[in-house]
Parts: sequence; C-alpha cells; structure tokens
Amino acid sequence: MRFELTPRPTISPVARALAPVLAFVTAFLIAGVVVWLMGRSPIAAFQVYVLQPLSDPWALQELLVKATPLALIAIGLSYCFRANFWNIGAEGQYVIGALLGSWLALKTHGGFWVMPAMLVLGILGGALYGLIPAFLKTRFGVNEILTSLMLVYVAQLLLDYLVRGPWRDPKGFNFPQSVTFDPAATLPLVADGSRVHYGTIFALVAVIVTAIVLGRTLFGYRLKLTGDAPRAARFAGFSAKHTTLAVFAISGGLAGLAGISEVSGQIGQLQPSISPGYGFTAITVAFLGRLNPIGILVASLVVALTFIGGESAQILLKLPLDLTQAFQGILLLCVLSADALVSHRIRFITRGGGK
Amino acid sequence: MADVSPSGSPLVELKGISKRYGDLLANDGINLAIQPGEIHALLGENGAGKSTLVKILYGVIEPSAGQILWEGRPVSLSSPVEARALGLGMVFQHFSLFDELTVAENIAVALTDDWDLATVRSKLGDISRAYGLALEPDRAVWTLSAGERQRIEIVRCLLQNPRLLILDEPTSVLTPQEAEHLFVTLDKLSADGCAILYISHKLEEVRRLCRSATILRGGRVVASIDPRERSARDIAALMVGNEIGEVRTGTPHVPKGAMLTVSKLSMPAGGLHGQALEDINLVANAGEIVGIAGIAGNGQSELFAALSGERLADKADAVVIAGKTCGTIDIDNRRRLGAAFVPEERLGHAAAPTHRLSENTLISHAATEVSRSGFILLNAARRLATAIIKAFDVRTPNGDPQARKLSGGNLQKFVIGREIIRQPKLLIVDQPTWGVDAGAARLIRQALVDLAGEGSAVVVISQDLDELFEVADRMAVIHQGRLSAVKPVNEWTKEAVGLEMLGIAQTQGAVHAV
Repeated sequence: MRFELTPRPTISPVARALAPVLAFVTAFLIAGVVVWLMGRSPIAAFQVYVLQPLSDPWALQELLVKATPLALIAIGLSYCFRANFWNIGAEGQYVIGALLGSWLALKTHGGFWVMPAMLVLGILGGALYGLIPAFLKTRFGVNEILTSLMLVYVAQLLLDYLVRGPWRDPKGFNFPQSVTFDPAATLPLVADGSRVHYGTIFALVAVIVTAIVLGRTLFGYRLKLTGDAPRAARFAGFSAKHTTLAVFAISGGLAGLAGISEVSGQIGQLQPSISPGYGFTAITVAFLGRLNPIGILVASLVVALTFIGGESAQILLKLPLDLTQAFQGILLLCVLSADALVSHRIRFITRGGGK
Repeated sequence: MADVSPSGSPLVELKGISKRYGDLLANDGINLAIQPGEIHALLGENGAGKSTLVKILYGVIEPSAGQILWEGRPVSLSSPVEARALGLGMVFQHFSLFDELTVAENIAVALTDDWDLATVRSKLGDISRAYGLALEPDRAVWTLSAGERQRIEIVRCLLQNPRLLILDEPTSVLTPQEAEHLFVTLDKLSADGCAILYISHKLEEVRRLCRSATILRGGRVVASIDPRERSARDIAALMVGNEIGEVRTGTPHVPKGAMLTVSKLSMPAGGLHGQALEDINLVANAGEIVGIAGIAGNGQSELFAALSGERLADKADAVVIAGKTCGTIDIDNRRRLGAAFVPEERLGHAAAPTHRLSENTLISHAATEVSRSGFILLNAARRLATAIIKAFDVRTPNGDPQARKLSGGNLQKFVIGREIIRQPKLLIVDQPTWGVDAGAARLIRQALVDLAGEGSAVVVISQDLDELFEVADRMAVIHQGRLSAVKPVNEWTKEAVGLEMLGIAQTQGAVHAV
C-alpha cells in the first residue's frame, strides 16, 4: 500500500483559517504525551509553559524582549525564502552585526552619535556577511545553504576569539567578556523601568515596511516571481543576480540589526554566547508565520513563549531545555502538515485493490 | 489494414465513464469502443477531456463512475503497471527518456526485471526490421532527433506485445517526412491486429490514418464519425462547436523598413544539450510576418532568447531593433524600444502558474502603466487584465484567476494578448499555437496577421508548417543553429522546407544564405 497527496481543486477558506489552530492543539497534545512519558504531569507543564508566562506582567515584557530578535531576523529571512533562496546563516550575520557595532562601542567614550552609528554598523556588518554566500552563489554557483551555514561557525569562533583575546575586559577577572558598554552605547528602553528596548520598535517598523514592500511594490513582486517562476522572472527583466544580492543583503542587515540591538539593549557587553540560537529558530518563525509579515510577528511571540516557558519548566519541573527545541520542531511540523492538508488530500492506494 | 467488421466484439469498451474534479466534470458519461486492429482517433480541443479519458484508460487516474470492458470483461485499472500487463501501451507527447543512456538501456530500464540487455538488443532488431523503426541500440539518446526518440518510445511499447497502443499527439515534433514514416508503421501495426488510439488535433492526419473517430467537447462525446467522409473543416466545427473561419489576410502586407535586423549573430550553447547559434542573419520589416520553421531543438529557443535579450550577444550590433543596436541590452530595455516577446512555454516562462492574471500582466508591463515609482498599481493591473480577457476572448473560470486555472488555449490567448495590447512595433513569438485548440489557434493567427497589417514587424518561430504557410510573408528554416535563406513563402514548397529541416539542403542553402 502506498499513499499520495493530490491537490484539492478548491481550498476552503474555513479550513485555511482553522488549520493553524488545529496545528497548535495537535502540537500541544503530542508535547503532552512526551511530557507524560517523561513522568511529569502534562497539565502542570501546560501551566508552566503557557499560562504562567501569559499571566505575569514581568514575563510578558520578557516575551517582547525574546520575540524582538526572532521577529527581526525572521522578517529578513522572509525576503530570501520568498525568492526561494536559502539563507541558513542568519545566526552568523547576527553575530557579525553585533561584533561590528560593538567594536565602535568599545573604541569610543560617549557622544550622541555613537548609538545610531553602532546600529548602522550592525546592519552593515550583517549585510556584508550575508553578501558572502550571495556573491559565491552568483559568481561561482556555490550552493548558498552550505556556505551560509558554515559561515555561522566562522562568525561564532571569531566572537569567541575576540572576547577571550583582544576585546577581553582587563579588569574582568579573566572572564571571557568585554567591558560593559557606556550609557551612550546602550540602546535605550522604551519606557523607564521596563525591560523592553528600542529593538522592539525596530522590529515593528520592519514588519510594517515589509508588509508594504512585499504586498504593494514591484520589488516585492519581483521576489515572489523569482520564487514561484524563476524563468518568468528573467523574462520579466528581473536579473537573478541582483535579486540574490538584494535579498541576502536585506536579511543579513536585519539579522545584524537584531544582533547589535540585543547586545547593546539587552546584554550590555560582548560574551562568548550572545544568542540562544535566534538565527536558527527564526527559520522556524518565518515558516510558522507563512512568510507573511503579520504572521511572523505572531509566530515570533509564540516561539518566544516556548523559550520563556522552557526556562521556567527547567527550574520548576526539572524538564530539560532541549524539550523546548523539540516542541518548536513539533509545532513547525504540525503547522506545515496542516497547511499541506488544507491544499491537498491524502489518497491511499492499495495494490490491485483498485479502490 | 486488417479487415475487422464493426459488429465484431470490441477489444476495449468504455461505458459511461465520468470523472469529476470538484465542480468540474472533466468526463461526462463517455462511451467509446475500439475493435482489434482498428486505428481510432480521439479528437477534441484542449480541455475537452481527452487527456483525462486516456489517463483513465491507462490506469493513471480512476474514474468517478463508469466501466471499462476489456474483451467484454469488466476490469479495474489502478495503475499503468496493470494496464501494461493487460496489453495497453502508451506513447506520451513528452518523451520520458534518459538523455545520457543508450537506446537499448533506455528500453531496458522501462521493462520488467526478466529482460536483460542482450534480449532487449536482439528483440529490438526484430521489431525495428518488422516495422521500419530504424534504431541503433548503442547510440546515446541525446544524439537522436525527436523522430528517433519517438521510435524508442514506440519500440518500448511494442516489446511488450500490446493489444492497444495509445499515441498522444505523436506528430507534433516530427517533420512531414518523419510523420509519413510513422503512418506507414502504424498501418503495419494495425494490419497485425494491434488497435491504436490516436490522439491528435491535426485533422488531415486523422483523415489519412483513421476510419473511425470519437470527438469530445466539454467532456462529452459529441460525435462518432468516419473522418474520411467529412472535410477537415467539418470535423473542426464539431470539435469547437461552431464554424471556424479561415484567417483573413486582407491586403497583402507592404513592408516598410527594417524593424529587426540580426547580423552575424553567433552564441555558444547554453547547456550540455543546448544548441549553439551560428552566423544568423535575418531582417524583419515593419508590416510583414517572417516565419522560422524547424524541428524542435534546433536552436529555436536559443534564437528566441538572443532576440528577446534573455541571453545577451557579444556584439551590440548583432541585434538591431527599431534602428537601435541592442545586442547587449536586456529584455526590459528592448521592450522600451517597442519590442514584445512571447516565449514557447506558457506556464513558468510567459506566466507564473500560481499568480493571478492581473499579477501576470506585470511580467511584461512592469515598466509601464501598471506601476508607478516602484509601487504596483493593482487596479490598473486588474483593468489591463480585464481588457486583455475581453479583447482576446479569454475564457476564465472567474474574474481574475490564477494562470494555471486556464486551459492551454486560453492562457496562450492571454499571453499573446498581453503583448499585442501594448501595440508593439516588433513582436517575436515562439510556437504561438503549440498544443492550442483550433479555435484559439485561429484567433491567435488572426491577431498576428492583423498586427502586421497595422504596420508592426512579426517574427513567428513555429514547428507547425501549415501555420507558417498560412500567416508568413517570408520564411526561413533553422537547422542545428543555422538559418537558411529567408525567401517569400510562395517560393517555398513543403518538400523544400522538409529538406531544410533535416539539413539535407544545407549545401545549396549555404550558397544563397547571404
């Protein structure tokens, strides 16, 4: 017996709207079984993972803080993925953006211009780093999945070298970290006493601008056409080379902006690890949000919730942090499957049965 | 031909076959019977339900209702494997061959495990001799012509001793000489008792080959006729459901100055099996249609890419459009000079399958009225799509459907209309009516003739000789990347064109190619 997916002639709008909801319920059910198999109460886990963070004002702010880099990076990635280019290296572009911006923070002492310049350098660093796989692809035809992924490790090791070597705080008791940034090199908070920094505003702006660019401009159509029918894009006069360079620069730039925002607004110094894998998780976020800017915004909040829930579950229920990543994977799988089932139906074919 | 009385028991009989896709009834209660040794034509426009019916017969899809009787016995076919086991063979319009493998290897991979290469080789010899299907077992497929490739597909079917052979548009890639050769083979097969279901829209062939024909329209059988007793015009009217007029040429086209000049255009092959262009010289004047004939794969798509600017030439003066040298400028800038282009592939090249028609107008109108300072004017795009749909009689399931929801003929009308509505000074079109129904083909040819009549230059690259003889003022033949002399159509005969297509006339061609 085999089974195959056949496209449905018409797609029901109700099914389309209900699909993500059912996907979430299914993902929670599967995760509940996993938690139960690990000998914990699924109900307590749900309480800790979902209900607690949503009912606690401190945790809600934390949610925004965690969602910010995810949304920024995922929005950038959506440019690449729409045009069918596979930038898997946002984590590296995030790190290089953070490094280049931090370089200015470490070399200067005050000045109103420092923070804006750091942000520009962050964007520039990420964009240039993103352009490396793009250039290798357009010039030599090298597969961008491999190069962008491998450049992540280069960036991480460069960060590691700098914070243990030349950029280490001389008064830091040999801890591998830089000095704490000046106030002039710290990204301001949106309101006093809150934890939410300006990066969140950048993410919102990126969402709105992207919604307009993708939906209303010729450039947005160019990406869609390149992704859906590359030959038609060439026929339309859109150079594939320019498109490749543009989308990698944009996604790298936004990842770099996320990196420098996180370091200057949240961490306050450079250290060997400045990301719990935001650059990789953002790939999940981009697809959870169906590459739609508003969808990505929602997805970034949902995934941020699993991060926070995962941390408290580790403390309160002694559940491993890996479970969080597993859950993110289950969620993505459920959402993609639900989408596939909305547009396709499964047909079972028994050999010789003719049914 | 075997003498089979029509009252004898049929080899295969379809009874009340229906296939429903959602709201669409692709096949509606179809009855069809084929006698042993009969060559039976299945005729119909694109979207008439021919392919659905054949897929049901070949076990690719299952019918929603109805029955298939094989020698009077009901059978249910749930896969092509079962269909082949029963004695059905099918030659598809698009070949499924591995270019890098040899003829014998290609045949062996498609057969069941009990065939080894040596058996295939000896059987191949027998069948080749019996049916005049000359094939060298050790030639790599990529070195073969379309006609030879088709022979592989036919031999592949014949090795399994089919009782019924299905051929889908078999002559669409053949020269007149190759087609005649195929007909001889089919006559022999039929005489040996093998029934043939022949799907085509070339009515002259059907009249030459078949004694019975079933005509489908809108998923139903509209007539079962003896094609030899009816004129091609009559049959076409049955297929389309109304009378098809001939293309009106009106006054003879009066050329008024060169709109396209191609001189000494050479270009290396794009890919492994691409065709290099060598020293192409061509002039298209305002007010005339220049036809370019040739067998598929002889450099037509490369020539189209070079003219459109999808591939750039080395020298700027290799291509001159409207007096401007533009061999090295891209397609968008050539459009700005008043040129328009329609490539061969409708889906994926001329149009994005999943995009709405309004979005698809952007592909060639991006620089003009449907965008302003980088923003898309959605309403203007919709208005433009509506105007094209109206002017070119594009039948759509709803106001602004995705391109892939249109039938081939309707999408082709849209794609050609999208370019003609811009009133281009130069239109270059590759295979304008390929796989398009008779009604749409007539409308498209008329539009091309009218465009030239209004003073535009039109270049038509086509494999359909009848089409070129009907619309072109002057004509040339492309063979292995070289273009023959361009001569007025009345100086060409079909035989002369056929010889050029096969490259046999190349020696004389070189003399007057200047």
